[in-house]
Amino acid sequence: MQAALRVSDTFAPATLDNVIALPAKTQSTQATDQSTLMPWGEGQEEGLTRPAPVQPVKPAERSLLRFITCGSVDDGKSTLIGRLLFDSQVLLDDQLAALKKDSAKSAHTDGEIDYSLLLDGLAAEREQGITIDVAYRYFSTPRRAFIVADTPGHEQYTRNMATGASTADLAIILIDARKGVLAQTKRHLQIVSMLGVRHIVLAINKMDLVDHSQARFREIDQAFRQHARDTGFTTLISIPMSAKLGENVRDNAPSMPWYTGPTLLNVLETADVAASASQQSARFVVQWVNRAGADFRGYSGALVSGHLSPGDKVRALPSGQTATVARIVTFNGDLDQAVTGQAPTLVLDRQIDVSRGDVIVADDGTAQASRRFDADLLWMGNAGYDPSRALLLKIGAKSVPVRLDTRDMTVLNITTGARVLGNALNSNDIAQVALEADTAVVAERYADSRELGGFILIDRETSETVALGMVKDVVTAAQAAEPKGEAEDANPATHTRWITKPADTRWRSFAKAVSWRATGSVDTFVLAYIFTGHVKTAAAISVTEIGTKIFLYFFHERLWQWLAIGRQDKGSKD
Amino acid sequence: MTTLSHLAALEAESIHILREATAEATRPVLLYSIGKDSAVLLHLALKAFYPSKPPMPLLHVNTTWKFREMITFRDQRAKEVGMELISHTNQDGIARNIVPFGPTAGIYTDVMKTAALKQALDLHGFDVAFGGARRDEEKSRAKERVVSVRSEAHRWDPKNQRPEPWRLFNTRKQPSQSLRVFPLSNWTEADVWAYIQAENIPVVPLYFAAPRPVVERSGTLLMVDDNRLPLLPGERPQTKVIRFRTLGCYPLTGAVESHAATLPEIVAEMQGARTSERQGRLIDHDGAASMERKKQEGYF
Ligand SMILES: Nc1nc2c(ncn2[C@@H]2O[C@H](COP(=O)(O)OP(=O)(O)OP(=O)(O)O)[C@@H](O)[C@H]2O)c(=O)[nH]1
Ligand SMILES: [Mg+2]
Repeated sequence: MQAALRVSDTFAPATLDNVIALPAKTQSTQATDQSTLMPWGEGQEEGLTRPAPVQPVKPAERSLLRFITCGSVDDGKSTLIGRLLFDSQVLLDDQLAALKKDSAKSAHTDGEIDYSLLLDGLAAEREQGITIDVAYRYFSTPRRAFIVADTPGHEQYTRNMATGASTADLAIILIDARKGVLAQTKRHLQIVSMLGVRHIVLAINKMDLVDHSQARFREIDQAFRQHARDTGFTTLISIPMSAKLGENVRDNAPSMPWYTGPTLLNVLETADVAASASQQSARFVVQWVNRAGADFRGYSGALVSGHLSPGDKVRALPSGQTATVARIVTFNGDLDQAVTGQAPTLVLDRQIDVSRGDVIVADDGTAQASRRFDADLLWMGNAGYDPSRALLLKIGAKSVPVRLDTRDMTVLNITTGARVLGNALNSNDIAQVALEADTAVVAERYADSRELGGFILIDRETSETVALGMVKDVVTAAQAAEPKGEAEDANPATHTRWITKPADTRWRSFAKAVSWRATGSVDTFVLAYIFTGHVKTAAAISVTEIGTKIFLYFFHERLWQWLAIGRQDKGSKD
Repeated sequence: MTTLSHLAALEAESIHILREATAEATRPVLLYSIGKDSAVLLHLALKAFYPSKPPMPLLHVNTTWKFREMITFRDQRAKEVGMELISHTNQDGIARNIVPFGPTAGIYTDVMKTAALKQALDLHGFDVAFGGARRDEEKSRAKERVVSVRSEAHRWDPKNQRPEPWRLFNTRKQPSQSLRVFPLSNWTEADVWAYIQAENIPVVPLYFAAPRPVVERSGTLLMVDDNRLPLLPGERPQTKVIRFRTLGCYPLTGAVESHAATLPEIVAEMQGARTSERQGRLIDHDGAASMERKKQEGYF
């Protein structure tokens, strides 16, 4: 009770961690259990649990939320978005009239309004009653502006779902209350997690078809949370719904008095989704070398992280040459400072080697170009991966030939959640694999930069996009040269993995000390015996020495681990 | 950290798209239809390549039935920005006297717009064509990618579009294919007007309310722009204060009665509007799938 009250007071969703970390309770305490499981709790007094009415915000100050619907085929995703648009009163008269007309004509309804027709805009979709490709809708309420991508549930169109998910801040995962968690639900869960979506609304839909049963709702909620346990979400909120009847979409449903949490619209209007990418250092992706006349040479591109001002020292990668920013040119005049997201034209103080696809970075040593990296991959080609076909990597504005190194590749088994070694990739497979590009590119961990951490693979022959991927770890030239086992010891938590030198652990230093001592002591014993002729004296010297010198060797070894003298710094330049 | 305003973010995204597709094109072109979306698209192109001029010509598919004020505005604007303007008309259609009313009305769009556009693209060998379409305009547009691949016959295959994650656009194509690129995909009508106001972008005066000669035909107000529009028995042009939310061929474009004569008034009127802008486009009214069909056949 306590926890639920606190959470509802601030209207901040509970975190997944504190939700699933709770000990399991018995049936008799279920009411309390449920109120802690549900961030807003069930069965509480209304005044305490319902969020305060939202205050209108001036259009210019409205924040933007990008969200998607996903889940298995026919779970009601398009219907839900249609209903949300309808209830938010953003539909115009002619759109409503068309909806009524289309619903009457549709073979998939019995004359009732079919809200999914607002989204399923392709003839084939209407004919088959399924979604094939993502529909984007733009709407706003007095509180917030929204871009929603309604994605297809059908497995064949998973790539379209991933397209929609790549830019989402929040995902609504739908489950048909009659069916529960399905394989496709799990696949979508994996994909949104991999793409870095950290806020989930679990919409347990079609409650009207399960007698609005609270027990069924709980059962599915708990099963889903089991699966979501390791997927790294910050918030996960479950809502029982009927998309078709509009229950808990905008308004609370009298048919489910046991649910007193927020409605879907409440959550969407108030979800706090601060940007997660953490890279703060300047990265400017060069898209086009701008030569206006004989005197002007600039680089038009996108500042994907950090900021830049005239006078800043920068380095172009992969060439590694340095320069100073002279001007930041835009159509509306020069800027004193360019901030993340802007797309100006940089003029440097000297001629250096920069072409399309290169990255101009702050000269602070935090970026470098590399050829090899580990990545999460979603294979999207209709045909599976074929090692004989040439692939192109597109990352930032750069396209380079690339090869998959499948020796250590693992492929996710959607049903069991296990990652299995394998070298085959079929359509919709999720894998972890190493990539090796023909030339060095600037890649960063996806967790640090979506812009330089997300990439696509293109089949060079068909020009089709066959995979999307997210960089997990960048392997530098220095590391690539090390024996393989050593490179893998590096701590994946530090994105500057390439700065870390392969170092001995304390344990290893100690083991080395012992093995060296054993050899050394035998040597000492033999020498002492030769010089003194006494077995006993020789044994006493060598045994005493074992203790003292293991001790001395260990500290001597740690001291050298710590000293940098005489080490070759292969990591800093390519 | 500073975050860009909604409009600034949209602008940056569009500029990004314009540059990406242009950088990898052999012969790009900007489809300039003279309306508000084209006005914004042109403005964004000027920004994207500044201080260079956009490295592409403007292409106007001229059906010969555009409002006269549109053509005047077009020529003036092209001169101001200093870009080459190509105007293309399907001469075959002219020879066959395909007009937007009477028996040829049903094939008019196909011949004078779709076929004309394909002719122009083929004639000049354009491999990347930028257009000002927005996803919020229509249900099948809502499904289209920013970079839309077209076959040799300029056909769109909506069931087999390339995945387009983040803003990583795959602009590669087979020699027979071409690309239609839509930098304004994520803009709404409201964004377009807010941006026109914020950036002071010139638009055709027909968007602003003024007294104009109109006839009312099956619930639609048509402007009598010249004497080529045959009047039905009993129809007599009347002067009404009207404006247009969307511009095209005058016999196919409905006006709205309005007194919004300034940008702030237009923005305010739009916020209270109860109908969508496409209400005024007669081309869209023949069935839910008609736009999709036209697009599959190569229409923008
Ligand atoms: N009874 C009931 N039916 C629903 C509800 N929500 C959706 N449906 C029906 O479920 C069917 C599928 O709905 P859609 O919205 O097309 O499902 P979807 O998840 O978008 O399907 P795909 O996009 O093809 O994966 C339709 O017949 C809907 O009318 C609900 O809450 N209750
Ligand atoms: Mg659907």
